[in-house]
Amino acid sequence: MGMRQILDTKVAPHFHEGGKFEKFYTFYEMFDTMLYSPSSVTRSAAHVRDGIDLKRVMMTVWFATFPAILFGLYNTGYQANMQITEFGYQAIPGWRADIVALLTGFDSGNVLANFLHGAVYYVPIMVTVYLGGFIWEGLFAWKRGHEINEGFFVTGILFTLILPPAIPLWQVFLGISFGVIIGKEVFGGTGKNFLNPALVGRAFLYFAYPAQMSGDAVWTAVDSFSGATPLSLAAAGAIDYSAGLTGAAFTSGSVDLSWMSTAMGGIQGCIGETSTIAIALGAIFLLFTKIASWRIMLSVILGTVFMSSIFNAIGSESNPMFAMPWYWHLTIGGLAFGLVYMATDPVSASMTNTGKWVFGIVIGVMTVLIRVVNPAFPEGIMLAILFGNLCAPLIDYFVMRANIRRRLRRSGGAV
Amino acid sequence: MFEHYLSLFVRAVFVENMALAFFLGMCTFIAISKKIETAIGLGIAVVVVQVLTVPMNNLILHYLLNEGALAWTGIDALAKLDLRFLGLLSYIGVIAAIVQIMEMVLDKYVPSLYNALGIFLPLITVNCAIMGASLFMVERDYDFGESVVYGLGAGVGWALAITLLAGIREKLKYSDVPDGLKGLGITFITVGLMSLGFMSFSGVQL
Repeated sequence: MGMRQILDTKVAPHFHEGGKFEKFYTFYEMFDTMLYSPSSVTRSAAHVRDGIDLKRVMMTVWFATFPAILFGLYNTGYQANMQITEFGYQAIPGWRADIVALLTGFDSGNVLANFLHGAVYYVPIMVTVYLGGFIWEGLFAWKRGHEINEGFFVTGILFTLILPPAIPLWQVFLGISFGVIIGKEVFGGTGKNFLNPALVGRAFLYFAYPAQMSGDAVWTAVDSFSGATPLSLAAAGAIDYSAGLTGAAFTSGSVDLSWMSTAMGGIQGCIGETSTIAIALGAIFLLFTKIASWRIMLSVILGTVFMSSIFNAIGSESNPMFAMPWYWHLTIGGLAFGLVYMATDPVSASMTNTGKWVFGIVIGVMTVLIRVVNPAFPEGIMLAILFGNLCAPLIDYFVMRANIRRRLRRSGGAV
Repeated sequence: MFEHYLSLFVRAVFVENMALAFFLGMCTFIAISKKIETAIGLGIAVVVVQVLTVPMNNLILHYLLNEGALAWTGIDALAKLDLRFLGLLSYIGVIAAIVQIMEMVLDKYVPSLYNALGIFLPLITVNCAIMGASLFMVERDYDFGESVVYGLGAGVGWALAITLLAGIREKLKYSDVPDGLKGLGITFITVGLMSLGFMSFSGVQL
């Protein structure tokens, strides 16, 4: 007997009307449609016949984050283990360190040890995020009679990947709760919101708990450690772009940092954002499956190139960020991650094709602008995308007005 | 000099946005942001009023109200006067007068816009963003040139904010908001989230 039959004959009747668990139909429906495409289809006129539905789209995005997740797992552990083996730091005491010490030890040369040390930080965060997301999403869907959408799968995984590894778990829960409830559910759930929920949660944490979300101490999970991210090194003028090599200043010693290493990703940062290469793999997958918009990705890059070239041309004595070339902008910090997974969110981005170009350029320009002239925030992509989301409806409006005017003129109607 | 004005303008539009950083002019901001077209009309009206009232109040402050401001009359008794306690009264008077004049001008020469704006035009008189801009001008001691730029920036910033909000609210018409939050509730949450997006500008140094 196949899985389908078991579900249909043994399980489903309990959840349908009159069944024992009728109240929990929402949750059964979620599980069922996650495994199989629902058999109910649109029958009225005017619809597109296509095998892909919202859940399949969400799953594709979810798969596309896998390279970033895997690398994030490795890198989180590698950063911590490297500080421990090379500079004699101690792991943060607690059950995480106990597990790692028991199974593999803290050897940065040992790939397994790196993965394990990363996993003991990554897995609890992910579990918390999914628990929080599922509780709120489920509660709203149950009470309001919706289906549970896989939106929170994607929101959850993206939210996990833009957190610093050593963040306290209660903050993780608070952040995902704010993102899901205020960022999405109060507007009616997936597809009805106007901001990216993962970014809303991240921004909430960023402004509410700046000590745990920014600065130098949060990026590597070892005890009383402090080391600047490449982005803040650049702001301090410690990176020589033409030579491509620099001594990255940790409190303990220095590590060489080249453009290639910022692209490969063996650097400090949020869990999923460090490796531009891994993110590029995800981007290729998303573009190949046509889930994400290439227009947005390309225009964000164009905006970045445009704005950073302007700053390069202006130049500045006091602000070293002015001199950063665009290819450095792309590889350090969260720009690559944001442009591939966040800016392309089909709900909160512009809907029209022309609008997507404008939307992307706004984000690229804003990111560089915030990074360069706003010393209050080292990273710009998060706030730039939120700002782009704010502008998206208005951009669409003007694009549509322009289109209506053009068609009127063409048909000779009154303008 | 130009750079100074540009920096002042950008600060007024983005960093110290009247609506989203100071939450001024909220009543009109919330009430008249349901449609993009009216929001743009109201935005333009606010820009015009700001550009006129802030410099006008600046002149009044410097030539009538400040301590020793009346020295230009050449009369000793007047030169000693400090009339700053009349500030609020004079500013609101100036704003009301300018809005009235603008209303008449629009009625005469651009009746279409006059009709489109309707009641919102006289309502600008009591918009706290307008009063706020004049009071900020006094507090920060701007000179005449600066007050023109600041008035323009404050107006453009407010107009930008209300247009963005109108765009979002037109999109939110298709949302499925819980009953208890429909209408004003969700609009307040929206404005709060917009303000979060505008936090990106706080701290910009130009």
